[in-house]
Amino acid sequence: MVKVQDLVKVYRTGRGSVVACDRVSFEVEDGRFFTLLGPSGSGKTTTLRCVAGLERPDGGQIELAGTVVSSDQHGIFIPPNRRDIGMVFQSYAIWPHMTVFDNVAFPLRAGGHRPSSGEVMRRVSQALSTVRLEGLQDRPATKLSGGQQQRLALARALVREPTLLLLDEPLSNLDAKLREQMRLELRQLQRTLRITTLYVTHDQIEALAMSNVVAVMHEGRIMQIGTPREIYERPANRFVAEFIGSMNLIPGKIAGSVEGGLWRVETPYGSIACVVPPDGRPATDVLVSVRPEDIVVVDDDSAGKDAWDASIGQVVFLGESVDCRLAVGDLELRARLHPSFVKRRGDRVRLSFRADRCVAIRLEPPDTETA
Amino acid sequence: MNGTAPATVRVLRPSLRARLPVQLLLPAGIAAIVAYLTLLPLIFLLYGTFFTPTVGGQAGTFTLQNYLRAYTDRSALPIMANSFVFAVGTMVVSLVIGTMLAWITERTNTPLRGLFFAVSLVPLIIPGILFTLSWIFLLSPRIGLLNLWIMRLLGLSAPPFDIYSIGGMIWVEALHWSPIAYLMMSAAFRSMDPSLEEAALMSGSGLAGTFYHVTLKLNVPTLLGASLLLFLRGLETFEVPAIIGLPAGIHVFTSRIYLAIKSYPSDFGLAGSYSTILLVMTLTGIFLYGRITREASRFATITGKGFRPHVIDLGIWKYTMATLIVGYLAVMVVLPMFVLVWNSVLPFYQRPSVQALSMLTIDNYTFVLKLPKTTRAVINSVGLSMGSATIVMVMTSVIAWITVRSRVPGRWLLDNLTSLPLIFPGIVMGVALIWVYLTLPIPIYGTIWILLVAYVTRYLPYGMRTSSAALLQVHRELEEAAETSGASWGRTFRSIILPLLQPALLAGWIYVVIVSIRELSSSILLWGPGAEVLSVYIFDLWQTGHPQELSALGLMLVGFLLVLAMVLRALSQRYGVQH
Repeated sequence: MVKVQDLVKVYRTGRGSVVACDRVSFEVEDGRFFTLLGPSGSGKTTTLRCVAGLERPDGGQIELAGTVVSSDQHGIFIPPNRRDIGMVFQSYAIWPHMTVFDNVAFPLRAGGHRPSSGEVMRRVSQALSTVRLEGLQDRPATKLSGGQQQRLALARALVREPTLLLLDEPLSNLDAKLREQMRLELRQLQRTLRITTLYVTHDQIEALAMSNVVAVMHEGRIMQIGTPREIYERPANRFVAEFIGSMNLIPGKIAGSVEGGLWRVETPYGSIACVVPPDGRPATDVLVSVRPEDIVVVDDDSAGKDAWDASIGQVVFLGESVDCRLAVGDLELRARLHPSFVKRRGDRVRLSFRADRCVAIRLEPPDTETA
Repeated sequence: MNGTAPATVRVLRPSLRARLPVQLLLPAGIAAIVAYLTLLPLIFLLYGTFFTPTVGGQAGTFTLQNYLRAYTDRSALPIMANSFVFAVGTMVVSLVIGTMLAWITERTNTPLRGLFFAVSLVPLIIPGILFTLSWIFLLSPRIGLLNLWIMRLLGLSAPPFDIYSIGGMIWVEALHWSPIAYLMMSAAFRSMDPSLEEAALMSGSGLAGTFYHVTLKLNVPTLLGASLLLFLRGLETFEVPAIIGLPAGIHVFTSRIYLAIKSYPSDFGLAGSYSTILLVMTLTGIFLYGRITREASRFATITGKGFRPHVIDLGIWKYTMATLIVGYLAVMVVLPMFVLVWNSVLPFYQRPSVQALSMLTIDNYTFVLKLPKTTRAVINSVGLSMGSATIVMVMTSVIAWITVRSRVPGRWLLDNLTSLPLIFPGIVMGVALIWVYLTLPIPIYGTIWILLVAYVTRYLPYGMRTSSAALLQVHRELEEAAETSGASWGRTFRSIILPLLQPALLAGWIYVVIVSIRELSSSILLWGPGAEVLSVYIFDLWQTGHPQELSALGLMLVGFLLVLAMVLRALSQRYGVQH
């Protein structure tokens, strides 16, 4: 169990200070795969490094497995070598002057209580076979391929059987195909070992595919915490909606409830039925977020009376789907349609929305909106 | 995220060691040592020149007497004039030689230009004192081989050259530093896009015009930097002013300081004020040098594009240029080495002849090796150079870690303290250390320990350059991976950082060994009976009239340094170590 409370980290630069982490709080339950997702500069890596002990937080408290490892209130800071963690770095950080075996054995030998050489041998072999690198022990570490180095770094992080595994963008240096393969492997490994994992990435597909829980970060703050499905289907705010996948945002006002727990939102382009935030009240200004794949386009009246009139803009055939721009008044929507769609630019169509997948997001106060 | 939080949360109280981490104690400790080594001599030097000596427990009082004396001394004006002419002369001559050669080897198709890498090793393996002495053997009006040859060849009645002149001094000094000028200028030429020259040629400019208007002018910042550096070398150097200048009656700052200390009684006040004047000049020079090189990096002669080095076809002229190269090799290596070898195998001094060949002997070698003083000097020199190199590299690897990696506040101060010795000419460091250890109750003056202190202090900046350049190439995450693997700072430093720095540290170590063995200008003021070192010993052999023995000993030293330099070169090429 990892518990981060009100973590603050400020970097002082020549021209002032940058708040890298602004009251970041989250918990990771044992055995879960927790991902910090955000664009570069969002503070996700800084948060991870604070948990590792590589950065000293300026405020807040961090608990690992029931032990406070960092707390400004108690004046506590446990250095990384005394935290029960394993970490994989973006550059892998494989020690080039050691063999594969020595790299993996280092965490066992470096600590206070050293296991016997037989024990080291056994645990190194086990870690190497976990990442499918058996038989390469005596290789110089630099003679491994990129993917193998990645596995080696993982074996090194796992060999002490730490209570927490930290992964800092571990897949970003691999080519696309290898990345996809390692993504599945890493997920499989984590599920098998049931090791609590804190993962940092800027790649939303990685985050969605691997995690039990995702925290989306932006400008040092956590914007939303939830399961991958929640993050994708129920974005809590504009940033999350726009950052994950592509999204159409339509401004409107909540009008009143309709059947099935859905609410009606009036927009300048027509009304739309959708899910609203729990505390959504009529007359609240909202943005309705609609995924491109949740727009239905028809060319007759079968869509019902609530359907909107639209004209077709750019149409791009992508094989698996058709990417289509639709103009409704001054609003441009993006739709992902079935490849059988054959309309042309300028054609008039009617469109409707899959109501249970459309989500109303509260408009943030104007000052944060413009920031 | 439900209610599974443990009932009690353990709060690990960090131990005392964790609260006073090595990351704070170590920098403080090492900063204290570095300040003791580098700042203390400066303070003592300044204090000593501005205050009267402490006598009988009574504190000294402020005085400008020493400086007044230094400026009003009868010899003050000639000393300044000589120093200036000598330094500027050295700068100009070595720059002209170095730039010419750099252009020839980097930009033209002159034959034999491949020989040049060997020349770059010359200043490293032939100590200044030997290079100076060998040119005395060549150009002395009385015994100079070249003089004698030319007199016979042309039937002259008087020797054509006199090394005991300001011209002679400049010639030897400039020649000795010309490889430095060559290296700096060739690096600049190599990184310059040749299409800039080609564009000038296409525009109808001739070869000479192109060289002047494009090649030279584009490299003005490098040229300025090199000029300043060579000017400083000319100011700081001791060997040529002492060995050639003093007998010729041409005094400069460094030789005047030496005389003031060696006179009886020693005139520390005068030596100190001349030292301070010299220090102010080197400080200004190094400051300007820093500014110029920073400026130079903005001068965009280097483009990101990869370009193939292009050479200019000199046509028939390339053979003329080749003779220049042969001539340069002759004056840099062949003639000095020949005259040393010739001296070392003859029982007494004579010009080369068939008759002389029948007298060849190795007696000089066996004789000099049998002297007890030789054994002592060799042991002292080898021990001191290895000891100082080890201390320097161990210290600078830690200092480099602190300044490059840690976030300890005030680490820039440590960086500057470590570079401080750069402003000390060797002789000035000698004067300052005399002051420190005649004042402090640490009885090491005249022993090998004061020499160790001097060498470590002087070569800290050299070690620092190697260590920090190497550490910058070690990815920070390699270190962090060890920390998150449970390794303490000490363990990380030992098992990860040191092994990764090893090739660079070894190269730096050899470099410091080489420069320590050749060190003369500080040692000459600090040594005492029993603490002889090779460079001082060779100086002594010259002054007591043993040219044969010193040639034999000098050649053995050159052989030893050559081996070290080759190892250094191999290391640098294999691991891309930078100096």
